[in-house]
Amino acid sequence: METELKQFTVSVYAENNVGLLNRISAIFQKRHINIESMNISVSEIEGVSRFIILVNMTEVNVKKIIGQIEKQIEVIKAFYHTDEETIYLESCMFKIKSDLLFEERQIQNIIKESDARIVTVNREFFVLEKSGRRHEIELLHRELSAFGIMQFVRSGRISITKDQMKITELLTEFKN
Amino acid sequence: MDVQTKSKQSYLNQPTERISGAEAVIRCLIAEGADTIYGYPGGAIMPVYDELFKYQDQIHHVLTRHEQGATHAAQGFARISGRVGVAIATSGPGATNLITGIADAQIDSTPMVCITGQVPSHLLGSDAFQETDIVGISTPVTKWNHQITTAEEIPEVIAKAFYIARSGRPGPVLIDITKDAQFGELDFTYKKCEGIRSYKPIPKVNPVQLSAAAELINNAKKPLIVWGQGVILGEAEDEFKDVVEKSGVPAAWTIMGVSAIPTAHPLNVGMVGMHGNYGPNVLTNECDVLIAIGMRFDDRVTGKLSEYATQAKVIHFEIDPAEIDKNVKTDVAVLGNAKESLAQILPLLKKNTHTEWLKKFEDLSKIEFEKVIKNDLHPTKEGLTMGEVVKEINAQSKGEAAIVSDVGQHQMIACRYAEFSTSRGNITSGGLGTMGFALPAAIGAKMATPEREVVAVIGDGGYQMTIQELGTIFQTKAAVKIVVLNNDFLGMVRQWQQLFFDKRYASTVMTNPDFVTIAKGYHIEAKRVTKREELATAVEEMMTSKKAYFLEVCVEKEDNVFPMVPSGASVSEIRLE
Repeated sequence: METELKQFTVSVYAENNVGLLNRISAIFQKRHINIESMNISVSEIEGVSRFIILVNMTEVNVKKIIGQIEKQIEVIKAFYHTDEETIYLESCMFKIKSDLLFEERQIQNIIKESDARIVTVNREFFVLEKSGRRHEIELLHRELSAFGIMQFVRSGRISITKDQMKITELLTEFKN
Repeated sequence: MDVQTKSKQSYLNQPTERISGAEAVIRCLIAEGADTIYGYPGGAIMPVYDELFKYQDQIHHVLTRHEQGATHAAQGFARISGRVGVAIATSGPGATNLITGIADAQIDSTPMVCITGQVPSHLLGSDAFQETDIVGISTPVTKWNHQITTAEEIPEVIAKAFYIARSGRPGPVLIDITKDAQFGELDFTYKKCEGIRSYKPIPKVNPVQLSAAAELINNAKKPLIVWGQGVILGEAEDEFKDVVEKSGVPAAWTIMGVSAIPTAHPLNVGMVGMHGNYGPNVLTNECDVLIAIGMRFDDRVTGKLSEYATQAKVIHFEIDPAEIDKNVKTDVAVLGNAKESLAQILPLLKKNTHTEWLKKFEDLSKIEFEKVIKNDLHPTKEGLTMGEVVKEINAQSKGEAAIVSDVGQHQMIACRYAEFSTSRGNITSGGLGTMGFALPAAIGAKMATPEREVVAVIGDGGYQMTIQELGTIFQTKAAVKIVVLNNDFLGMVRQWQQLFFDKRYASTVMTNPDFVTIAKGYHIEAKRVTKREELATAVEEMMTSKKAYFLEVCVEKEDNVFPMVPSGASVSEIRLE
């Protein structure tokens, strides 16, 4: 149990300051942990950033990492969650030759069935966008690979927790 | 710079003055009470030094001989006084030379503010002369760091730096200031920082945890306290003593915690860890309740974790939540400042004595005395031992002096045998194990508390890592007492080579210079002792001298430090020989 690696989503609410990314990633580096994906964006609170970091670790160690992240001065709060505790997705883009769109009927079916969206089309290429779970994106990638992909990119995971995140309460507490 | 800080009055109500960023730096330091600072000038920090020249009647800047020395001096200053130490350096190599001291302060929770100059902001990232990304480099070893690129930011950032360095679990902060920010002007006003919204320095004591802890302690048959530096950092010495005396629990210390209660206290059962005392190490694996106070279960303290106090319920009094369960699984965690939590638990504790349990410590102590201590302190062989030198210092100091030790065999001997009657007596590089720490740290300690005797006990290896600070002693006339215990070896590494590497003494033999001549070259009174009959007089002469004094003691070359918990072994497998 102690040594079982599991996938965890680490969520960090923090001030939006220069260098904080470095400080947080250094904590993983110190323990020789590879970060699978990372996304940093604004959060529901103005001026507060939210980091979503995906890692494979033991639960014992992810707990320790949370403590070490939280003690950073500019971090307001850090959490970790399992996949079951979050609603999550990734987003991806494909650049594909436009000819294929007309020549290969199959591609149109793939687009339809996969719930992907055409972002733009011009004479040379078209861009396809898809958001969803990793396996859906991987399936789409496999299917389109057969026809040739000019470019592919996938985002880090973004996720929302099923539980409440009591950040606003923490910040109000400070003001009083 | 974010604006999420809190101070009692608004900036707007304060009268302002138009001054340069460099002058603002000095005015901030003065406002924070930094009257003695350590550093080394250079190109990118010159505007600040120019202002230091003007304010030299208010701030004593000590020119160390290397930036590393500046950080260790600032650490020594902070460790003995509880005040924030300040070190200052230029960009590039000046800044990188601070890193060892910063890392040392981080792992030993020492409040320190380092200020570095940086190339002008328009050159940032261009590989300019003496440019280095010191904020990037120092990130993993600072409690906080920040780069200032405009003069206006200076007061708020420096206020924040001091607040962060000293509050909660203290630590080092680095502020990097570009040269244009030093030259730029601002409307100066200074407000001390009183809070940061994302930072909670002291967790509230939870009464439920507190009573759970009290119940465990009250019902324990064989309880053991292990305390660390948290007691000293929290200025909780009195509260700690009350708790120890009321509960009657034997108390053992880490090398960072020693001196919080006197060595001679009847419930002080000695040192834990790799070279600690026999009793507390062995009985760690026999106690039923282990009460850890302001310590962090370093691997040098615990030995093999999976066999550390597994039979005991563990209570952990700790200010830093990240330390809970980090190494040792806790049954009851009492978060908070030791001063508050110990004061609050006192009324919940039953007055108790543990006579039989205490006798076990005494019995093991007798065994240790016969096997180890007797030979260390009262040797019959010809060669001098490190222990007898420390014993002579004790005889002169009466526990009042601060002992500043470096890293290695002499450090373990100094920690084991130095006697303390006053807190903040043991200044040593505990967590990082930084050779070269002691000489500059002793300078800082002496300057912070001129009335207190400060004795640096150093090995011949570590001494030569920062030996140039003799120049600082000469220039400032800091009355530091320096004892070099010279065995012409990197003794601790040699001991490991002897015990675990079949005596293959790879690169541990030191061909040493004439240390007395070197000290005399700096006009420091100096003496060498090679014989037992000269020792007591020499130590007395050193201790009664009003000036700096260097004493080299040539000790037995291949003595080992025992007891020893071999690396990877359990604390109860401690070896006496």
